[in-house]
Amino acid sequence: MNGAITLRQPVERRKQRTLLGDAIRRFRRNALAMIGLLILFFLFFLALFADVIAPFPPDRADFGAVRVLPFTHPTYPLGTDAVGRDYLSRLIYGARTSMTVGLLVPLIGFSVGITLGALAGYLGGMVDFVVQRLVEIFTAVPPLLIALFLLSVTGSGLFNIIFVLSLTAWIEPTRLTRAQFLTVREKEFITSARALGATDGRLILTHVLPNILTPLLVAFTFAVPQAIFAEAGLSFLGLGITEPTASWGKMVGNSVGSTIRVFYHLALFPTILVALTMLGFSFVGDGLQEALDPTRSR
Amino acid sequence: MINFILRRLAAIFLVLLIVSALVFFLMNAVPGGPFSLGERGYTPDALANLERKYGLDKPVWERYLNFLTSALQLDFGSSFSVVGNPPVTTVIARTWPVTLHVGLYTIIVAFGFGFILGLIAAYYRNSIIDNIVTLFATAGTTVPNFIVATWLLLIFGYQIGWGQPNKWIIPPVLGAGNAILSWDYFLPVITYALLPMGLVARYTRASVAEALNADYVRTARAKGLGERGIMLRHVLRNALIPMITVLLPQIPNLLTGSLFIEVAYGINGLGKFFVTSITNKDYPMIMGLVLLIAFFWSLTYLLTDVLYVVIDPRIRVGGRGGAI
Repeated sequence: MNGAITLRQPVERRKQRTLLGDAIRRFRRNALAMIGLLILFFLFFLALFADVIAPFPPDRADFGAVRVLPFTHPTYPLGTDAVGRDYLSRLIYGARTSMTVGLLVPLIGFSVGITLGALAGYLGGMVDFVVQRLVEIFTAVPPLLIALFLLSVTGSGLFNIIFVLSLTAWIEPTRLTRAQFLTVREKEFITSARALGATDGRLILTHVLPNILTPLLVAFTFAVPQAIFAEAGLSFLGLGITEPTASWGKMVGNSVGSTIRVFYHLALFPTILVALTMLGFSFVGDGLQEALDPTRSR
Repeated sequence: MINFILRRLAAIFLVLLIVSALVFFLMNAVPGGPFSLGERGYTPDALANLERKYGLDKPVWERYLNFLTSALQLDFGSSFSVVGNPPVTTVIARTWPVTLHVGLYTIIVAFGFGFILGLIAAYYRNSIIDNIVTLFATAGTTVPNFIVATWLLLIFGYQIGWGQPNKWIIPPVLGAGNAILSWDYFLPVITYALLPMGLVARYTRASVAEALNADYVRTARAKGLGERGIMLRHVLRNALIPMITVLLPQIPNLLTGSLFIEVAYGINGLGKFFVTSITNKDYPMIMGLVLLIAFFWSLTYLLTDVLYVVIDPRIRVGGRGGAI
């Protein structure tokens, strides 16, 4: 016992790790998620630069080259459709339609949903009761059927599709935000913040919301492919996007018929793109979920 | 419990009432009734006559009240556009059996194969087999079924030549017409089953894997119990609980069918009929079908909550708003 105690500095300096850095590292280690991300980059690229990449405008019809099979014509590498429009161009512009619907619908839905859910979860009482009943009524019928029915009222078209799909897109975020608020509301840091005199608005915006951002982000990545699917599905049924706008779902729907035996490309290419899009988003969503919530095991 | 179910049934009734009102008034807010569609070329007099015949000349709220009073006696009116104007209930009774057949086979395929796949994946977890099953399940739940339908049609229907477009895909084997079990069902059922099968496989894997890691399984192993005994008596039994609560409620909504499957394969069932009713603005049919589907979905939710309580005694039927 010699009294002199030397405190030693830790030998290796641990690189500082942040929560976000950890999440990014976990995400990058996930092969499927990275593949999904690549697909999404590709699709966003197509959608953003459609006018530059596409060799022709999507609605330019060449009646001299109707239903050209793919890989047979020098000007139309992926063939043409029933009125002689370049299929490659239409596929590229279809990405734009899909992405427009896929991003706008969840954006609108989440803006409304987070507001409603926050109000219901935070205020409780009468507001909560009304919001809950509203959610109940809207969930009585599958969202796609609501959209289908409403489209028969409003008519088809890109704008109407976005409007109609937004009408049901708020339900999930509302439920999620409300549930999250209910759990976070009881936490100690909220009580202490309130004790320090934080106002309701400040509590909601700076204390509760940042803490529930993770599940909302994951829900958003899953809401995007849902909207894309809904648009493609409705267009497939012939009730969605109207001509001449290019939509993958519509292209599939138009192609299924007696001529498909020969003109297989009309069905094959758009279906591959839809499937890729859906898989891409779902891989990224799964990857995000795992990266942001390490306690979850698959 | 009975009290809880009764209260929920009352809630379902209320929801159906509101849904019916919303649908009815929205439908009638659209300019152009069922008879001004397309180029039918009715003279104004004929149109007025037709509208009087179907009661469309009365104010909307009066029609809604009429509808309600007869709907309460399970009379949903007569179809506008189906030949011969049969009552809605008759049309539903005629189109639903096909949908029910497809749905029933789908349930069998989805639950049977999904369960086996999930079990295998859980038992060999984190191996290649597990990864393949998980990838398959993910693909099955994410790729839309009308896409899969188109692929199957491209391959089997058209290239191999199993069927004709817009007809049942494969000619019925057991006699003509709607055979109870015919190859007709093969492609639609495979397509329709992919999504629920993926769900079942995922949930089975998750809950079996969790049970395999549980303490009571380790105890059973330590006790020297055989592998089979452990799987059957300890693992499966406990894994079943979360599965039942999540998966059984899928059944009612599988029975109302899928629009996409029916439209893609040309099956004259409830889903395809719903689409044609909407394009034809066949008000009574739309009403009847929406209410039917809403009823089945509400039943799904009720079933979920009831199963939770029945299976897991730790969950008590709470106050307002139901279980959980």
